[in-house]
Amino acid sequence: MNGEDKALPRAMRVVVPVLVGVVFIAIWEALVRLGNVPPFVLPAPSAIWTSLVLNFGSLMASLWVTLRVTLAAFLLAIVGGIGLAILFSQSRRIEMALFPYAVILQVTPVVAIAPLILIWVGYDRIELALLILAWIVAFFPILSNTTLGLRSADHNLRDLFRLYGAGRWQVLTELQLPSALPYILAGMKISGGLALIGAVVAEFVAGSGTGTGLAWRIVEAGYRLDIPRMFAALFLLSGLGIAIFFSLTWAEHLLLRRWHESAVRREF
Amino acid sequence: MTEADAPTRPPLVTLTGVAKTYGNGTVALAGVDATIKQGDFVSLVGPSGCGKSTLLRIVAGLIGPSAGDVRWHTTDGARPADVGFVFQDATLMPWASVLDNVFLPLKLRGIARDKARPQLMEALARVGLADFAGAFPRELSGGMKMRVSLARALVTQPPVLLMDEPFAALDEFTREKLDDDLLELWRSQRWTVIFVTHSIYESVYLSERVLVMGARPGRILGEVVIDAPHPRGPAFRRSHDYVDHCAAVSAALREGVAT
Ligand SMILES: Nc1ncnc2c1ncn2[C@@H]1O[C@H](COP(=O)(O)OP(=O)(O)OP(=O)(O)O)[C@@H](O)[C@H]1O
Ligand SMILES: [Mg+2]
Repeated sequence: MNGEDKALPRAMRVVVPVLVGVVFIAIWEALVRLGNVPPFVLPAPSAIWTSLVLNFGSLMASLWVTLRVTLAAFLLAIVGGIGLAILFSQSRRIEMALFPYAVILQVTPVVAIAPLILIWVGYDRIELALLILAWIVAFFPILSNTTLGLRSADHNLRDLFRLYGAGRWQVLTELQLPSALPYILAGMKISGGLALIGAVVAEFVAGSGTGTGLAWRIVEAGYRLDIPRMFAALFLLSGLGIAIFFSLTWAEHLLLRRWHESAVRREF
Repeated sequence: MTEADAPTRPPLVTLTGVAKTYGNGTVALAGVDATIKQGDFVSLVGPSGCGKSTLLRIVAGLIGPSAGDVRWHTTDGARPADVGFVFQDATLMPWASVLDNVFLPLKLRGIARDKARPQLMEALARVGLADFAGAFPRELSGGMKMRVSLARALVTQPPVLLMDEPFAALDEFTREKLDDDLLELWRSQRWTVIFVTHSIYESVYLSERVLVMGARPGRILGEVVIDAPHPRGPAFRRSHDYVDHCAAVSAALREGVAT
């Protein structure tokens, strides 16, 4: 395979979607201008941009709040999900006892638990409440994926470890965790997006109590019919989600490219 | 190491009435009796599905027999701690380099990688893979993976070596070379080897004794003693003796099909 063959489709993978985006925005702008659509129905991209620039300070502060909650919830979901999965893998009994509750936590809609958590934690510690809610949403995919991954280690390899007298800890660190890595990363990709969704939903439920996150900016802009600002906040949220997704995809690529079928480049 | 001192060797492990019925009802083995002596080189031959792998796993203690027992004639009656095992498939860790795969048995014993390195390179050189130490399993051919698995089994210099069709995926040339290497090791180290193979020729070339197995249910049909002297070489492969032994094993196998 020569360099050009590889470089071309690579560049295209960036260029084509960007081009589509530019064309889409141009058509949007043109339609709004030519059709005289009022900004409270659909603001032109230029108006959204202006609003973003004008409210830059407050929007960035809100972005930082949402980002902080999302990342903290995500990191705790990773620690909690993997930790609990390891615990489950060490004892079937603990798994039997606790797994149903993890499922209950997962299947109960977070919006429904939110008011309760808010009351318990208190409005004076609103960010902690948001964190807990986002964590509840985010941790399950990591738990269930890691549990599956730890179990999916090759049976012959397990036998080999046993034959060489490996201890529990060695089996865990040398065999089960590496086998589980692709599963953990897949769970993290789902969970990263869910942490953001959890943070946003929690902010919506908390309402004016938060007053600072991006989701609240959207609600607030809606009350004031400041639709350009609503879009500006919305774009920042999408941007955040995209950034999380791509960093995780990239991490996955780095960690798996040498050995896992999902990540290695196929030769033709 | 000739037929002369063979009978005087003490037994290492005795199987009595070993049977295995798997959870799904498959009767893999029905009553196997056998004794493996210390320093023996025993081959198991038999048709596919007759329970060769099952028997090897039972000897290794990886699965328990459903009836009968495996008795080790060691001081504590347990299987020796250091047993080399080569699985029928390479069974490598896909996330680890060739070197790290071979390193595994030593790592599990707490030996540092730097200290083990000469030993690892020697094991890799023995199977002709010294240049591939940094490669990952998916970058190797099937035969190369199998050789890595062999290097891993040999790296601890195990006094007992259990091998499940280790060379089946290799070309004739490499196979004969590894056969000779294995014999050389066995002679110099006085290991005990149980070697599963599909190849009658290989079993005769390598072993002191060939245990012939039959299928449905899996059992031992008979034993052919190969009393040819060591070292064996290309001359042995062309001798009348060799051909006679092959015919004997072949006849024992056919008997199993007929009955
Ligand atoms: N884990 C298992 N569960 C159920 N049945 C099994 C299992 N492993 C093997 N068997 C059955 O036991 C029988 C013997 O299998 P085994 O793998 O020991 O045969 P083999 O002699 O090694 O065959 P081959 O030469 O093809 O490797 C087969 O009929 C197989 O279907
Ligand atoms: Mg087999």
